[in-house]
Amino acid sequence: MKALAASVYQWMDERLGLEEALAFARHKTVPVHRHTFWYYWGGISLLFFLIQAFTGILLLVYYRPGPEAYDSVRQITYDINFGWLIRSAHSWAANLMIGAIFIHMFSVYFMKAYRKPREIGWFSGIGLLLLCMVFGFSGYLLPMDELAYFATKVGLEIPQKTPVIGPVIANLMRGGLEVSEFTVQRFFALHVVVLPALFLPLLGLHLWLVQKHGNAWPPAEEVKPAAERKTMPFFPNFLAKDLAMWLITLNVLAVCAALFPWDLGEQADALKAPPPGIHPEWYFMSSFMVIKLFQGAWGQAFAMGLFTLGLVLWTLVPLFDSTRHAGQRGKYATYFGLLVVVILAVTTIWAYYAVAAEIQQHAQGL
Amino acid sequence: MNEPAAPSEFCEDSANVAPRRAFVRVAMGGIGLCYAAAIGYPVYRYLSAPVEKAEVLAAITEVTLPEAQKLPSGSALMFKFGPFASLLIHHRDGGWSAFDAKCTHMGCTVQFEADKDRIFCACHGGTYDPKTGVNTGGPPPKPLKQYEVKVSEAGIVVSRVKTA
Repeated sequence: MKALAASVYQWMDERLGLEEALAFARHKTVPVHRHTFWYYWGGISLLFFLIQAFTGILLLVYYRPGPEAYDSVRQITYDINFGWLIRSAHSWAANLMIGAIFIHMFSVYFMKAYRKPREIGWFSGIGLLLLCMVFGFSGYLLPMDELAYFATKVGLEIPQKTPVIGPVIANLMRGGLEVSEFTVQRFFALHVVVLPALFLPLLGLHLWLVQKHGNAWPPAEEVKPAAERKTMPFFPNFLAKDLAMWLITLNVLAVCAALFPWDLGEQADALKAPPPGIHPEWYFMSSFMVIKLFQGAWGQAFAMGLFTLGLVLWTLVPLFDSTRHAGQRGKYATYFGLLVVVILAVTTIWAYYAVAAEIQQHAQGL
Repeated sequence: MNEPAAPSEFCEDSANVAPRRAFVRVAMGGIGLCYAAAIGYPVYRYLSAPVEKAEVLAAITEVTLPEAQKLPSGSALMFKFGPFASLLIHHRDGGWSAFDAKCTHMGCTVQFEADKDRIFCACHGGTYDPKTGVNTGGPPPKPLKQYEVKVSEAGIVVSRVKTA
């Protein structure tokens, strides 16, 4: 049996060069220091993506876009064996994935891992995050319940308000002047064909660059002489720990999905007013609040401009803080990062308070 | 491992390493199997939900076809026996017969040809006797599955032939 396995392995190795790949993996090292923990978050995000692909394909088996969308999700949730679990896992993993990517992004940012030669790794990472948010936005509509309907109706007002080309773009995205079954149908195409087709090659580039450049040393460690820096081999040490993190992640997801099954609201009704305190998913809450804060047409344009500017600056940070000898510039980049974290945190918490207050107000009014 | 075992804080006693390693390997394999089952079982049941429904449907023993007794003699109609396409024939001599319409050759759907008084499968040219379902020509290896037919005023009752 062992001899057979060995000869199969040899047959494969001669044709695929498995030993070369393994030698590369053994040769590759991962820095060991007090911030090594943050290196696992890219892998965790990747696991969530794989889970999304797997559960997404399973949902495709029963989901029907268009006018039957709500009914098919109702069937998945209440009629099909374990359908509620698959759907719950898909929704939970979507949210946990965005969370993991945020942690990954901020850890990369504060460890200055975007510096030369890893700029393209940073840019592709931002691209992946933005695609994930579009995944989230388009997937949110697919059940066509009340929340999905209003989230999309309101969300599409953002492109709508862009001067000149806005209405044309928003109408094309909606497939009409109001959110309807045409919107579901095209969001579905976007969610399961267009976005994966864009996401996969970008993810491939991102992962290849990580292999090529390896994990970055944080600046505080990088200044130490090479003899004082500790590393561990990628294979098998880091990979084993990576897999252990995946196992923990899988367990967390299983607990969330099984004990807090994702809700399905009432069927969307274009003639009904939204329930009080309606709000988007948590990762859109910050922009939701900023748009609320600035009133009037000019105020909204200003808020959106502010967000766009922040995103552009955030993306271009490797060009500003480009080398490890950046000194003052490196410090400014850190301050900018802290400012972004504080603004996002404050506006998000504020938004949840505002929502809670609205719900309370409504309850008192009744 | 030809090198002398390095002193380690985890395993001072090198004689115990082999069984310990074997234990860890079995434990990991067992846990892995538990995970595979915990994921595989719901996925299997999820995918097989419509199969389970169809099996319940297929377990029926009898179908009533209202108004089917008005079918003119020398003609046939298709109906569903549970999930399966089936064939009801009213013969020219007034007799009735019903079959599962699945050809015994490659599972195609057979049809009644009144002018030739035979059951014919268009896929590979198999033929059957319209009264008994016996295969009379072409590739089919065995007769069609036959149902019992009872004619009443309300309709026609087709039922599974009781097998011993």
